[in-house]
Amino acid sequence: MNKSLATIALGSIWIFFSGISLAQTTTDPAPGIVSGNVSILFQSYQEDSLIGAVVPASKSGFNAFSNINYNQGNFSAGFRYESYLNSVLGFPGRFKGSGLGYRYARWVDNERGVDITIGNFYEQFGSGIVLRSYEERNLGLDNALDGFRIILTPFKPLKVKMLYGKQRLDFDSELINGDGIIRGINAELSLNELIPTFTDSKLKITPTYSFVSRFQDGGNIVKDTLILELPQNVGAWDYGVTMQYEMWKFGVSRTMKINDPSADNGYIYKEGEALMYFLTGNIKDVSFLLQRSTTDNMSFRSDRDLLLFDTPINNIPTITKTHTYNLAATLYPYATVINGESSFRGELYYNLKRGSTLGGKYGTKMNLVFATSYSLDTTNFGREEGRPDLVYGYQRNSWGFGDSLNVQDISFEIERKFSKKFKAKAMYMNLQFNTLATPVTTDFKGIVFADIFVLETQIKTAKRQSLRTEFQVLFTEQDKGDWATVVAEYTWSPHWFASVIDQYNFGNPDEAKRVHYLYGSAGYINGSHRLSLGYGKRREGIFCVGGVCRAVPASSGLEMTFTSSF
Amino acid sequence: MNFNFYKTHSPVKSILLAGVFLLAMTAEASAQTIPSVQLKDLTGSTIDTGTIENDGNPIVICFWATWCSPCKRELNNYMDYYADWQEETGVKIIAVSIDDTRSTNRVAPYIMSSGWEFEILLDPAGDFKRTMGVINAPHTFLYNGEGVLVWSHNSYAEGDEEELYEELLKLVE
Repeated sequence: MNKSLATIALGSIWIFFSGISLAQTTTDPAPGIVSGNVSILFQSYQEDSLIGAVVPASKSGFNAFSNINYNQGNFSAGFRYESYLNSVLGFPGRFKGSGLGYRYARWVDNERGVDITIGNFYEQFGSGIVLRSYEERNLGLDNALDGFRIILTPFKPLKVKMLYGKQRLDFDSELINGDGIIRGINAELSLNELIPTFTDSKLKITPTYSFVSRFQDGGNIVKDTLILELPQNVGAWDYGVTMQYEMWKFGVSRTMKINDPSADNGYIYKEGEALMYFLTGNIKDVSFLLQRSTTDNMSFRSDRDLLLFDTPINNIPTITKTHTYNLAATLYPYATVINGESSFRGELYYNLKRGSTLGGKYGTKMNLVFATSYSLDTTNFGREEGRPDLVYGYQRNSWGFGDSLNVQDISFEIERKFSKKFKAKAMYMNLQFNTLATPVTTDFKGIVFADIFVLETQIKTAKRQSLRTEFQVLFTEQDKGDWATVVAEYTWSPHWFASVIDQYNFGNPDEAKRVHYLYGSAGYINGSHRLSLGYGKRREGIFCVGGVCRAVPASSGLEMTFTSSF
Repeated sequence: MNFNFYKTHSPVKSILLAGVFLLAMTAEASAQTIPSVQLKDLTGSTIDTGTIENDGNPIVICFWATWCSPCKRELNNYMDYYADWQEETGVKIIAVSIDDTRSTNRVAPYIMSSGWEFEILLDPAGDFKRTMGVINAPHTFLYNGEGVLVWSHNSYAEGDEEELYEELLKLVE
């Protein structure tokens, strides 16, 4: 790792001092551009025994990062400087110190179809089912690859990506990579560009193929009387095709992974498989999405002994909708059951047109989503000779649904602008959520049945000023009982905002826990710079960004955030 | 070798930082243009963002997602004025979806029912978002007719479209 960093550093210096333009193919090289961003999060904590908020030894938390990028013509390079002094509550506590967490250099020659990256990079093959390295800095998630990546376009219809690297695992004043080595290749072929008669066709057919392999030192594991050898090289591959005709699109992919005993699957030697397909389109004014997937034992990590967010090589997309309203998004957010699930999602969108009787002057938008996930249809092996139960665990009988419900999420939204000054949105959601499949609470084990109602309104109170409110209520007889949330946000465009949110667990079976979580914030925005200050109580629970969630402990106190792009 | 400033003073780190600093200091004074990243549009065609142009008229790039309420409020409000803005300034709005693999398939049906007439690009792996230095959506960039960045704004509040409109008018005055 240090050698590659040194290579980048010395390369940058050499480029600078030698004065050699990397844009050699042009007589007038493009000027250099520096860009980047800064993000700072500071939290100061107070004890609050009512909600279980404790004060860490450092009394405060400080997370910050800054990306600096330099770009000149075909060449770019940059780094990210990160600080965790100490990390805020909810972040991995082992993130410590300050230093470089990301550095890269890249050379792109589009004319000759060559794209080379050294150092850190993020990459995704297809749907990400065999490889997806990504970052979600607000949650402390980062599994960037560290190595080499070459993207070649040997002739126009074919694009090939090849990579070799290790994955980020940790940060302790410097980047710490995981144990395994990742090797991967992805090919995408455009049949339309390959076959001349199809060049101008509206039907676009794109087959894809990906192969990813992990190397990690092996060894033996002991199970009962069996001594089993761990595979050192684990390969996974995915092939599929996407067909698109104007706005209609169909995609299907089939994925395989050889036996990969791991902490996720209880060190069984069963192979992994996945089948995923989807269809989107529209019939008259109704547009829709249908999506079906079955994933079986597809957990894939750089280090077979790690769990949760550590060094995932791939990503299994979550079937449920990413909710935005507080109660729907944070109390029972569904996460894919990584060892296997069979799932379905259907969505309908309809827009009552502007000016119609039902649509009103500005139109009315409606959206219905049905998403469900079940366990796999499997049979467990018995304690037979050779102990297949210990070695292979189970066999899958079909691609269909098993007996155990993981989640069922039905939601309906309707949104309407009534006048230039007033608009409203309402949502109803019916949820069945198995807390054994996604353990978001320790208070209840089983299926939570919940109904959620939301009304959001926005009133333009004066020129460039508006008041937005949300009234949310969740009814359930399980877990912590009923909740209500009220949000009020006032904005003075383009610079100022103030908001207050109160979450109230008014139906908690334990009356002492019927607590108000009141939090207020205000801030100033100037172009791409944003400063905000907040104070109050934050509930223990799940914090989600873009569909990725992390458990966050209860806390109370002051928070300051600053973000800037330049 | 250790890269911790506090524990040891690493020459490699210093060289790296000094190198980038010197590059930055000596880079020719230049304005930011739209960087080159390969994205797909809703018809499956590959678009090189570095080649985006609008016949010498302004270009607005908005980062949004189907799960981002303020992003959708922003683009819905832009849509209310889009025809007028195009007539007065010739502007083209490009909405870049940062929906990842969980929700990227929702973008097309959402757009079909939204009535948006913007160009839509898909950035499911966040490559363009990262290259543009975007931390949180919504984030809006305005480029002049020469493709040079002249204004940007992070987050959205009701009424921000008036500021964008004023900035657009400055470009055609």
